[in-house]
Amino acid sequence: MAPVATPFFFYLLSGIMLIGGILVITRKNPVHSALALIVTLLAQASIYLMLYAPFVAGVQIILYAGGIMVLFLFVIMLVNIDRSMQERQFNSQWVVGLVAATALGGLFIAVFTKGKDIFPEHALPIVESDNTQQIAMRLYGQYMFAFEIASLLLLVAIIGAVVMAKKRI
Amino acid sequence: MGQIIQYIESYLGSNQTPGAAGNMFWVLVYIMLVFAGLSVAVIAMNWLERKILAHMQVRLGPMRVGPHGLMQPIADAIKLLLKEDIMPAEADGLIFWVAPFVVVLAAFTTFVVVPFGPTHAITDMNIGILFMLGVSSLSVLGIVMAGWASNSHYPLIGALRSSAQMVSYEVAMGLAVVSAVLMTSLNAEGTGTLSMIGIVKAQFDQGEWFIFKFFPLGLVAFFIFAVAMVAETNRAPFDLAEAESELTAGFHTEYSGFRWSLFFLAEYSAMIAVSSIAVTLWLGGWLRPFPNLLSGSTWELIFSLFPGVTSLFFAAMCFFNVVRMPKHPLFKIQTMGLAGFGVVLGLIGLVLLVPGIRDRVGDIFWFSAKVAGFMYLYIWYRGTFPRYRFDQLMRMGWKVLLPMGLGVLILTAGIALLQEKIWHP
Repeated sequence: MAPVATPFFFYLLSGIMLIGGILVITRKNPVHSALALIVTLLAQASIYLMLYAPFVAGVQIILYAGGIMVLFLFVIMLVNIDRSMQERQFNSQWVVGLVAATALGGLFIAVFTKGKDIFPEHALPIVESDNTQQIAMRLYGQYMFAFEIASLLLLVAIIGAVVMAKKRI
Repeated sequence: MGQIIQYIESYLGSNQTPGAAGNMFWVLVYIMLVFAGLSVAVIAMNWLERKILAHMQVRLGPMRVGPHGLMQPIADAIKLLLKEDIMPAEADGLIFWVAPFVVVLAAFTTFVVVPFGPTHAITDMNIGILFMLGVSSLSVLGIVMAGWASNSHYPLIGALRSSAQMVSYEVAMGLAVVSAVLMTSLNAEGTGTLSMIGIVKAQFDQGEWFIFKFFPLGLVAFFIFAVAMVAETNRAPFDLAEAESELTAGFHTEYSGFRWSLFFLAEYSAMIAVSSIAVTLWLGGWLRPFPNLLSGSTWELIFSLFPGVTSLFFAAMCFFNVVRMPKHPLFKIQTMGLAGFGVVLGLIGLVLLVPGIRDRVGDIFWFSAKVAGFMYLYIWYRGTFPRYRFDQLMRMGWKVLLPMGLGVLILTAGIALLQEKIWHP
């Protein structure tokens, strides 16, 4: 099968992600910001798909675009948007922002120019046909302990949320 | 020119889906076929739902447009297209405009991986079932967008209810799906699969549909999915998002004309999509009844006659009703129309009996027949169950279905482990 991971798609998806990301922080209306974030997350899922990681892409769509963002929208819709749009936005930390952006941009430029020496040359073999099975083997074999710790952490978070939200259990 | 024909013909010999074979021409043909078939199915569902509901309530249902109201969906479609397209003055224009398309896109995109047969799918993905669940979960975004952008109270409440309901039932649904996916790993290699075609093949190899596997575990998982899928598609008795007695029409109250019909189209195609998931995971997908037990050329022949005979049966029903039509001169055109419909069905039935064709449509027929059973169930639920209250709905989702799903998952995993360790060491 001919590869679909052509530079054209990479630039297209990156462009969509960049535009979406910029819209998230510039829109005054929080619903518009959330929808732009969904577009960004979907483009990111497509990039995972382009990297022959379909499982990660599927989980990204289910969890972020289909689950978390719906809850975001759920909360935002209950807020009085007309009032919040007239309030001043708390984005006056431009000095910190400039420093962070310069540092990250400098890092990216450094990797882009000197990346050949830093990263190994050989490409990974494409395992698209059994990607899910490979992830399962790694997750439940080699990294079982880390996986269980993460699950426990999430369980504690869930129970904590329930305890804090409900007065009488 | 010769090259193009060669490219088109090169797929015909392969036994893969067109997506896996990488043949763009046949991918496009399959996409168009699935899209057309889906649209026809939605139109048929529109008529069937009104007719069946009417008969359940001892009414006649649509009778005026065409014989037995057969042309009613077309009349409805023309009415919807000619209606004025209204947008509320304070609505958020862009989101109001985009929302119906998001819902329709999410509903239609899922059909990329639906396996109508071992080779009759647009493509087969390594993450098939995950893809279907993920893309169909995007439709809730369209509903929320529609409800919020309408800038009106009822749509907003409808959208809130819908998003809360869909997010809650997705959890139980996911657990039921995982227990079925777990059953696919009970083979010699011990690796399961998420691919839709792989799941059906696993059921064929293990010699039973997953609904009967580890009885009653498969049945319970199927039951959880069957309840959750009704809630996921916002249908009665879980249609709180569009409860007409409380919220007029819920999230699509402010929509009219063509935009509203897009929501309608999306709702019915989403119903067909989740039914296809249920059929694929638990009811053996395209497999005919008893593919292992009743094998051999005689049984193959008998089962391959089913599609044609079914179509001929419907044709015979048409002719039976032609005889029963009132003999008044005003009914002349309707009688002729019904006879013509019967002739068309009969011709389709005869074509399906041709040896070359009947071997190839068998799997599509069995898949569609199983999905049609679910579609009938949807109408039946709507005709019989009263609507749940919202707190009852939430209690059902979180306190009944979710623990049941977890229990089934743990028990399935335990029995699978036992089977592997003790019975087949």
